[in-house]
Amino acid sequence: MATHEIRVTVNGTPYDTQVESRLLLVHLLRDQLRLTGTHIGCDTTHCGACTVLLDGQPVKSCTVLAVQADGRQVSTVEGLEKDGKLHPLQEGFWEKHGLQCGYCTPGMLMTTCALLSKNKAPSEGDIRDAISGNLCRCTGYNNIVKAVQYAAERMGKEA
Amino acid sequence: MIPASFDYHAPGTLPEALALLSRYGDDAKVLSGGQSLLPLLKLRLGQTGHLIDIGRIPGLEYVREEAGLLRIGGRTRESALEASEVIRARYPILHDTAKVIADPLVRNMATIGGNLAHGDPGNDHPATMIALGAQVVATGPKGERVIPIEQFFLGLFRTALRPDEVLTEIRIPVPPARSGGAYLKLERKVGDYATAAAAAQLTLGSDGAVERVGLALTNVGPTPIKAADAEKFLTGKRPDAANVGEAAQRAARAASPSADRRGSVEYKREMARVLTARALKLAVERAGGR
Amino acid sequence: MQPRTSPEVGGMGHSMKRKEDPRFIRGKGNYVDDIVLPGMLWMDIVRSPFAHAKIKSINTEKALKVPGVLAVITGETLAKYNLHWMPTLMSDTQMVLPTEKVMYQAQEVAAVIATSRYAAADGVDAVEVDYDPLPVVVDPFKALAPDAPVLRTDKKDKKDNRIFHWEAGDRAATEKAFAEADVTVKQDLYIPRIHVASIETCGCIADFDRVNGKLTVYMTTQAPHAIRTVFALVAGHVGLSEERIRIVSPDIGGGFGGKVPVYPGYVIATAASVVIGKPVKWIEDRMENLQADSFARDYHITAELAARKDGTITALRMKTLADHGYADAAANPSKFPAGLFSICTGSYDVKKAFVEVDGVYTNKPPGGVAYRCSFRVTEAIHAIERITDVLAQQLKMDPAELRMKNFIAKEKFPYKSALGWEYDSGDYAPALRLAMDKIGYQALRKEQAEKRARGELMGIGISSFTEILGAGPSKHFDILGIKMFDSCELRIHPTGKAIARFGTKSQGQGHETTYAQIIAEELGIPASAVQVEEGDTDTAPYGLGTYASRSTPTAGAAGAMAARKIREKAKKIAAYLLEVSEDDLVWEPGKFSVKGAPSRSKTIQEIAFAAYTNHPQGMEAGLEAVDYYDPPNLTFPFGSYICVVDIDRGTGMVKIRRFVAVDDCGNIINPMIVDGQIHGGLTMGMAPALLEEISYDENGNNQAGSFMDYLVPTAVESPSWETYKTVTPSPHHPLGAKGVGESATVGAPPAIANAVVDALAHLGVKHIDIPITPERVWRILKEKGVAE
Repeated sequence: MATHEIRVTVNGTPYDTQVESRLLLVHLLRDQLRLTGTHIGCDTTHCGACTVLLDGQPVKSCTVLAVQADGRQVSTVEGLEKDGKLHPLQEGFWEKHGLQCGYCTPGMLMTTCALLSKNKAPSEGDIRDAISGNLCRCTGYNNIVKAVQYAAERMGKEA
Repeated sequence: MIPASFDYHAPGTLPEALALLSRYGDDAKVLSGGQSLLPLLKLRLGQTGHLIDIGRIPGLEYVREEAGLLRIGGRTRESALEASEVIRARYPILHDTAKVIADPLVRNMATIGGNLAHGDPGNDHPATMIALGAQVVATGPKGERVIPIEQFFLGLFRTALRPDEVLTEIRIPVPPARSGGAYLKLERKVGDYATAAAAAQLTLGSDGAVERVGLALTNVGPTPIKAADAEKFLTGKRPDAANVGEAAQRAARAASPSADRRGSVEYKREMARVLTARALKLAVERAGGR
Repeated sequence: MQPRTSPEVGGMGHSMKRKEDPRFIRGKGNYVDDIVLPGMLWMDIVRSPFAHAKIKSINTEKALKVPGVLAVITGETLAKYNLHWMPTLMSDTQMVLPTEKVMYQAQEVAAVIATSRYAAADGVDAVEVDYDPLPVVVDPFKALAPDAPVLRTDKKDKKDNRIFHWEAGDRAATEKAFAEADVTVKQDLYIPRIHVASIETCGCIADFDRVNGKLTVYMTTQAPHAIRTVFALVAGHVGLSEERIRIVSPDIGGGFGGKVPVYPGYVIATAASVVIGKPVKWIEDRMENLQADSFARDYHITAELAARKDGTITALRMKTLADHGYADAAANPSKFPAGLFSICTGSYDVKKAFVEVDGVYTNKPPGGVAYRCSFRVTEAIHAIERITDVLAQQLKMDPAELRMKNFIAKEKFPYKSALGWEYDSGDYAPALRLAMDKIGYQALRKEQAEKRARGELMGIGISSFTEILGAGPSKHFDILGIKMFDSCELRIHPTGKAIARFGTKSQGQGHETTYAQIIAEELGIPASAVQVEEGDTDTAPYGLGTYASRSTPTAGAAGAMAARKIREKAKKIAAYLLEVSEDDLVWEPGKFSVKGAPSRSKTIQEIAFAAYTNHPQGMEAGLEAVDYYDPPNLTFPFGSYICVVDIDRGTGMVKIRRFVAVDDCGNIINPMIVDGQIHGGLTMGMAPALLEEISYDENGNNQAGSFMDYLVPTAVESPSWETYKTVTPSPHHPLGAKGVGESATVGAPPAIANAVVDALAHLGVKHIDIPITPERVWRILKEKGVAE
């Protein structure tokens, strides 16, 4: 049973740890690093509740091995708030009721965070396409779209 | 959703990777994007003793046109293909294809090499590569082999890639002027495999007739299906509604779908026909015809 | 309705931002799998690949050798404590772990306890079970055949697969009405099994503290108190006593009814913890969740309407075969084995009606009401709305016109239906008119005619539903004998802030905000200053939990009543402080003032402080109240939905072009939250209409056991919903409010089904069963010769 020493930088903090080859990145984050904001919702890479940014790209952390993240940067929902200031997306989800049970929310936030860094003024269609790998059962998606549009507008003003 | 144990290797060069593959043979698998392999391992539907991660090897991700070929590195991410301006402008069939693979998150990890090498008839690139007349470059301990795409898919989850080879490059001939292509996929929802999909790439002559056409189908057989009879029929003819309709009929006849929750044999075959006709129509439009 | 309070106070009508969101947007929610206890072990479950099979042997030798595996629990282990079977919420029995045979694919067979999540998974892989397959029964009609194998061999003297027969209404009078009718229509419809698939699966941490003899279970449950009492009754004989059982429902990632039942995993984990003396965590996989946990629907219905030539409906008859899986483990109120199916006369003034439902056992997982259905209301309304359209088609009448003609008139409320319900209030016509106006109904019919002439297929579908929510009055409603009241315990602190605890349990419905808004409305204390708690049975007052949209009707009412009790005492204190009699006082949210001298007043904050520092002699100190609310009736929200679809003649794909939803849930606490409930319900209504289905092959193999084939809609399939409201308050609810959480799951599927049928009606199509898959549509197009 091979184990590896890896260094994964999460939200700017490097973590040195020893992991089994088969350890999934999502379990590294949740169980070892106790960053439980990233969630697990399925076992077939469909639901996207586990979405994190890997070197800035949104990926499903249940389908990435922890060893693949060695030497790389991971961003999770816990890293969105900076110095007590919420990210405009977090504000948008709050303002526009873009969440109900909150379980898919971290995944939605990370995916849309990446979206807004690439597309500053996404249309409703762009947003729906971007989050098509993130399932939500509670909201019917309407208000998630509104939340992202709110954030885009806020970020546009702040730019 | 927890894989059985395996050993993991992250070689820094291709020769190292190939040496590991030679060493472990059937007990090793290549980890590229991992978006097909890891789900299998997590469900314990596949087993492997050794995962050879080619993700640390430089020089395997690129998209460039040179010397009459579009060359794509085997480890190029689907999202990179989707975002590529060259591909969007000059290979719309490939842009269509990249856009409908799984979902945007999976596309950030999934690679074109993996999509081809996995041998899953449900994967989308194979049909498109057949329509484009592509070649696959397999690199092994003894060097490179160039495999024409029609010889690459051997059966269900079986390709011409040997256990000690890595798919390092895809080569697509730069289409001549008056060329167009399209990939149309019928799926039950975003992220699904195709109920059926059709890839059409053609070049029109100055007289408006079809000079060359590549037609292939996704997920309606144990491998991607090259609609050779349909191609033969359409070559040299004008792509009007009647001829396109007949080509689509012939393409459907080449399909041998299996029934599953996506559809019955009859429905899938008919969808192959409908999608082929629509893909041809769109390809013709994009080629500047009509 | 204009709010009575300021936005700062945030009483009813304010779309205030949710108080619970700060933790969720930061990823600081506290879901069961986030919790870690010292010494915690992990449990994973071995499941049967067979739908019906004898267990010949379970070999645990290899599993016990896997590093990290401590124990393997089987039915034999539990049988020692008589815990291998347990009662269901419908007073049937189901296995926790089998000792003889398995009865559905994915049934729990053994459990592995290990020191890590990964070791437990390896352990499961290494358990060897030898099965002897038995004949499988998956067709409920075949299950009733005289030669069908009897599935429940555990029940002595059981000679068939019948579970129950239930009926309501007047059979003879209905038959007479049908015989005398000008027109009758009949339609068979099948509403397939579906699964709610909340993004968080089920799980628990069972923690038995040997020193204190106390069991704490952190659990994904919508009804913590009921669970506690069930545990005490079921496991009392092994020493678990109710005062030493604590159920904690932390943050729940969606429930929708799927987290009401007691799953075997919870019981096994608890038994393991009691025996081992360490916390045991069990979190199921998605595939386990889809394949083994409680389902919804699976109703085979024959619906009939009798009518006069002019379209007046005179009678309704429905006969249903209910496929319950191998045990009746639906979470219905005990007197209602078919839930509230008898709401099926819907929004129409149907004078004579008769319904009967027969429940039957098959080799499938047990359940029945776990998908936002208000206890079978989804089935009932789908049936009435479909058969109404069938009637409209038969009479060549516009479906909107037919509905208008038959709506229960406003003046008739409270309305006694032919099946025994007293609808509290309703005003159906304006809701339908508003929907028609917003969708542009007349223009759409014109467009449809033009498109038909060109061979293009578009359809307009209407659904005018009445819901029945808020179980329920103690006279008729209980679960395992426990009456379905709900409760609020409200305490005001000296500084005028408050804590309110309830017997319900939010899984995303926003109770931390909406309940605070109710208190704000009644007392004028800002909602932001009211702390709301639910879910910990050690502290919360007894309640029956949150499902079937019952929270606002029951616990919300309890909150209002508790606040009013406090207001009564506050009035006395105010009178004392102001040195006037109570009759001289006037209340506005937040303060009592003297009639005619408004500057002489005491705020609720001043009164609260006085309750601890300067209360009248002879009066108890403090300012708190408890209310256990027994609703006098259910509430009956309603609405009209209109859906426009376009059909691709080549592929059969249905695209929803527009969907207008007009809902009436009485007085609204938080409009933004209500809209959110409706959006979510609409997507969960569209899903079964077009995408979702759990089906089995003839060997009982689940055909949709993962998200690969169980098609949960993404943001691309889900349309941009358009929502509107009318407001018809409930006359009996203290706030005039009704429930709303499930209205959209009830109203949407028939609107969509009706739209698709409408698109094909000119070809002679009368009905299509859901899910309306592209192939289903394509076959019709092909048969009618109009496929591309």
